[in-house]
Amino acid sequence: MAETSGTDDSGSTADTGGVAERYGALAGAEGPSRGQAVLHPSRDRWFGVAATARADGFDQLLDLTAVDYLTYRADRSLPPGVQPERFEVVAGLMSHARRERLRMRVQVPADDATLPTLFDLWPGAESLEREVHDMFGIVFEGHPDPSRILMPEDWTGHPLRKDYDSGQIPVQFKAASNTR
Amino acid sequence: MSIADTVAAPEATDAPPVAGPAAGAERVSRREPSAVLRMSEFEAAEIGGDPDDPGDDELVLLNMGPSHPSTHGVLRLMLELSGETVLRSKPVIGYLHTGMEKTGENLTYLQGGTNVTRMDYASPLFNELAFSLATERLLGIDVPERATWIRMLMCELNRVSSHLLFMATNGMDLGAVSMMIYGWREREEVLRFFEKVTGLRMNHNYIRPGGVAADLPADWRSDVAGLIEMIEPRLVEYDTLLTGQPIWRERLQGVGIIDTAEAVALGATGPILRGTGMAWDLRRDEPYLCYDQVDFDVIVGTHGDCYDRYAIRLNEIRESLRIVTQIIDAMPSGDYRIQDKKVTPPPRARIDESMEALIHHFKIFTEGFKVPPGEAYAAVESPRGELGVYLVSDGTSVPYRVHVRAPSFVNLQTLPHLMQDGLIADGVAIISSVDPIMGEVDR
Repeated sequence: MAETSGTDDSGSTADTGGVAERYGALAGAEGPSRGQAVLHPSRDRWFGVAATARADGFDQLLDLTAVDYLTYRADRSLPPGVQPERFEVVAGLMSHARRERLRMRVQVPADDATLPTLFDLWPGAESLEREVHDMFGIVFEGHPDPSRILMPEDWTGHPLRKDYDSGQIPVQFKAASNTR
Repeated sequence: MSIADTVAAPEATDAPPVAGPAAGAERVSRREPSAVLRMSEFEAAEIGGDPDDPGDDELVLLNMGPSHPSTHGVLRLMLELSGETVLRSKPVIGYLHTGMEKTGENLTYLQGGTNVTRMDYASPLFNELAFSLATERLLGIDVPERATWIRMLMCELNRVSSHLLFMATNGMDLGAVSMMIYGWREREEVLRFFEKVTGLRMNHNYIRPGGVAADLPADWRSDVAGLIEMIEPRLVEYDTLLTGQPIWRERLQGVGIIDTAEAVALGATGPILRGTGMAWDLRRDEPYLCYDQVDFDVIVGTHGDCYDRYAIRLNEIRESLRIVTQIIDAMPSGDYRIQDKKVTPPPRARIDESMEALIHHFKIFTEGFKVPPGEAYAAVESPRGELGVYLVSDGTSVPYRVHVRAPSFVNLQTLPHLMQDGLIADGVAIISSVDPIMGEVDR
């Protein structure tokens, strides 16, 4: 195992010093979570930190998702200097050579829910960012195909937002717009 | 507007040229021209509604699916065809989307297993395992050794049943229809054992935070030994029926090729990545459970074609049986779930004797157990690749956010690149070799 033991199922905290040294200053803030290495870049540095991680050997983007913290009541426990916002986009990176994982969490404000796309670093971001766009309404600037992916194209609203109540939205499939 | 207007119109990208994807993955990282048909459904419908233009009849836009026997459920592919050659394509998904991640936000951690197990319905135990590992990481608890080994046993058998299902459907898709029957036949025997242990053939909710739901039946060793004895010679029969057959090889070899750099860039994991020659298996490279205590090989291919992906899955069945054989000998005795009264219900007998036990039992099944605030990610090697669960807890007994990193969902991105410049008939072989489970793609 490399520096992070974030992959054992013991839940113990581990030494994430390697990642902190390499990215701590650059990313602005760093704080391990349950033994897993986590970076908190600001939104302006999101692409830059990702590009640095990419050049540093994190060759695969495994996961990209978002969380809507609108109704979160507990302490967000973000590192000092990170301003909590409604949305948080979370990306999981993997370095196969070092067998190391890195998680990047970025705060995205509700009134300007945009983020630069990571497609140019990892083309595998395409579907994952489409899903986040579909479910949370976060716009990925420069994305090659910014369409919905799971919901119908004419759907309104973003289901995984916390103010989107489940079970209270009538089924809204519309008639086909033309004949096929 | 016609399809021709949308073909090969290179877009000026204003993307900064910093640290691009891995060298060699240029093909998959191009915006335009790309193998991906980045066209909305409405645009496609608009083109489809246009009257035929005699001067423009070389390109055809064809929808394959969502209801098509070879698309493994409800996968729809928009294909741009020139004759029978696929130029660009786009998987259109979401037909099975039921908002399971949203549902997960309304179920306790104990109920969560019943939700996630329905995602990848061909390998339900892996969903439960990833969910349980993530929950346990948030709780900061260690499960007893026996529970860990039971989880390994059940998951490896589940890998066998999942790959047997692949053998069946892959054979069916390619015209080896008898293989369909054989694959299902053997799989059913494995599911019979699951039913004996968990009570259900599928969607078990057996692996739970804190351990497993019930101990193995007394005669599990002879049952599992019987399974191994039955399946191993059948795999030799599959070799006779498929592996060495010239028609089978002709149909798969050299079809749907992807190289390592492309697979990594697209986020592909599992047999697709290993088919390119990259030995990456979380069981070996990030050992979870007790995989560092068993002996097995990571199967890799060389060409990254459909044949390699078939051969990998066939041999992974053998490796899983090898692991299961070792588990029969190594299974420790002890508890099958953690004896932490805040997480697991008390034994049935205690409820009659102790008021506290009754209260704990009642609390766990009505309110659920509380999980400390925070976030955690746990990943396992499912038959289709890295299956990850990202959980966010706000300190209550219901997760604030449940995200599942579904391997099929990400692997589906390789499809347009695998299908480009191939024939439609090969497309069927390629979809089959990607082995997407739509339940986890759409969630």
